[in-house]
Amino acid sequence: MMEVLVIKLVLAGIVMFAALNLAGFHTWAERKQSALIQDRIGANRADIFGFRFLGLFHGLADAIKMFTKEDIVPAKADRTIHALAPFFSVFFALVTFAAIPFGDRLILGDRIIELQVAKIDVGLLYIFAMMSLGVYGVILAGFASGSNYAFLGGLRATAQMISYEISIGIAILGVIMIYGTTDLGELVRAQGRMLGGWIPMWGIVTQPVAFFVFLAAALAETKRLPFDLPEGESEIIGYFVEYSGMKFGMFFLTDFLETIVVASLSATLFFGGWQVPYLLPDGFHFPWGGELPVPHLLYILIGVLSFSTKVLIFCFLFMQLRWTLPRFRYDQLMRLGWRGLFPIAVANVMVTAVVLALLREGF
Amino acid sequence: MAIKVVRRRELTFWEKLYIPQILCGLQITFAHFFRNLFLHTAHHLGRLQLLPAAVTIQYPEELRPLMSRFRSRHRLTVREDNTPRCVGCMLCETVCPAKCITIVPGEHPDPNVEKYPVRFDINLGVCVYCGYCVEVCPEDAIRMDTGILDLAAYSREAMQLDIHELMDPTLRKPITECNLAFPHKCSVHGGAMRGSWGGVSSVQGSQGDGTIHKLQPLCKGR
Repeated sequence: MMEVLVIKLVLAGIVMFAALNLAGFHTWAERKQSALIQDRIGANRADIFGFRFLGLFHGLADAIKMFTKEDIVPAKADRTIHALAPFFSVFFALVTFAAIPFGDRLILGDRIIELQVAKIDVGLLYIFAMMSLGVYGVILAGFASGSNYAFLGGLRATAQMISYEISIGIAILGVIMIYGTTDLGELVRAQGRMLGGWIPMWGIVTQPVAFFVFLAAALAETKRLPFDLPEGESEIIGYFVEYSGMKFGMFFLTDFLETIVVASLSATLFFGGWQVPYLLPDGFHFPWGGELPVPHLLYILIGVLSFSTKVLIFCFLFMQLRWTLPRFRYDQLMRLGWRGLFPIAVANVMVTAVVLALLREGF
Repeated sequence: MAIKVVRRRELTFWEKLYIPQILCGLQITFAHFFRNLFLHTAHHLGRLQLLPAAVTIQYPEELRPLMSRFRSRHRLTVREDNTPRCVGCMLCETVCPAKCITIVPGEHPDPNVEKYPVRFDINLGVCVYCGYCVEVCPEDAIRMDTGILDLAAYSREAMQLDIHELMDPTLRKPITECNLAFPHKCSVHGGAMRGSWGGVSSVQGSQGDGTIHKLQPLCKGR
């Protein structure tokens, strides 16, 4: 029992470490990537003993700044809820990582370790439940600030997140129907099969439409740029306008964490998680006949690396999208959600169901 | 009243699909991203220095090239013997619309020169950089070509330039307490000041011997 606890704690530590550091890294990536896109240089002044490392220390400087800033609570605010809201936000963003598998079963001696903090049979539902609960942080922040601007920002966030939640849910229905499981570990394992012997049966192959709907809706969930109406820092004032110091920093952190959650989910659901094409537990089996045996630990390592690479690529893509697209107007946002993505997602489910039924009948 | 109605262009079907347009946008940003990434890497390796990867001018280290007519901080030009060219004619003080120039003329030891500025102060906090003083000067004694434009100070007093700083643009700290005799040995810089009064000791034998002009701060009433 003790061993299980230790293993789980280590796994949780690894996931937390990776997620939080990647979130910190995002602040650097955001500065530098936008700088490169816009022909600038980007923040490069923070240094430790003269070492700048391309401005990597700016994240650190940010954290120190956030922690040492004065924490201002408006006089009209509900103090308790105002203080709780950022914690809700970060908490629900962090617990989401628990169900995401980042590697295949690790066999150490006679012990089988799932590289996943919590092996939940309904992992997918758990993740979406947690992501939906994340909106509470936003609503409470807007509600408890005692500011009309923050209140309206919170309202916008609520409407946006609820409408896009539905599209996400229906988009992944197709995935669940194809692979027949909501356990994310099993779902990834199911994606390791081959279609016609040589195409890996990843979600993007079997459910391309669902992927695009999921991508758009999940981007809206993260409240980042093409869909950043809840925030709109510079013009339309968002829900965290009355926050300062690290409480504000936590909302910021949540944004980056949610981006990573969405990247992990995209990788898990549609790009085979830790799967590498043609890599089976005992080694590579190429469709043209070659074979390359791989030891177990290396196989696990390749899987973890594969998953990390996919997540990083998605983070990069999201960042690129964030610096490419202008913000939607609110009516455009709602129209895209309800009249664009929602019907497409429903149609996708219908088509998937019909095709699956026909396949089962043996056509 | 003529009203011009500007209609928005109707979007084509291709544009309404939205995703192709997103891809077009991504193409632009990706092109910039990878081009600049490649160039930055090349610069770090010391290659392709002529192709700029960013339009940024990293300000305190790199300065923007100035136009030759750019009006920056003033300086007083000097003769070959390092005395100011200024003859104390007061034209610049008179023409100055901001009234930021204060000149106290004194009698020059050389009978051919008549006057010299005992004191020449410019209050940069008041100056509007119109350049009239440069235009009006008959002796080409004042110019605005130092290229110094990062003029900032913590106090109004620090914005006052005296004749030392005007003659030597490398001096940045205002010298407030200085006994101005002519010829003059500056007590602040140990008598050695570049572009200043260093070479004139032979004009008069009694330099720096305590002949002190007690100056009233003339700009006090402003």
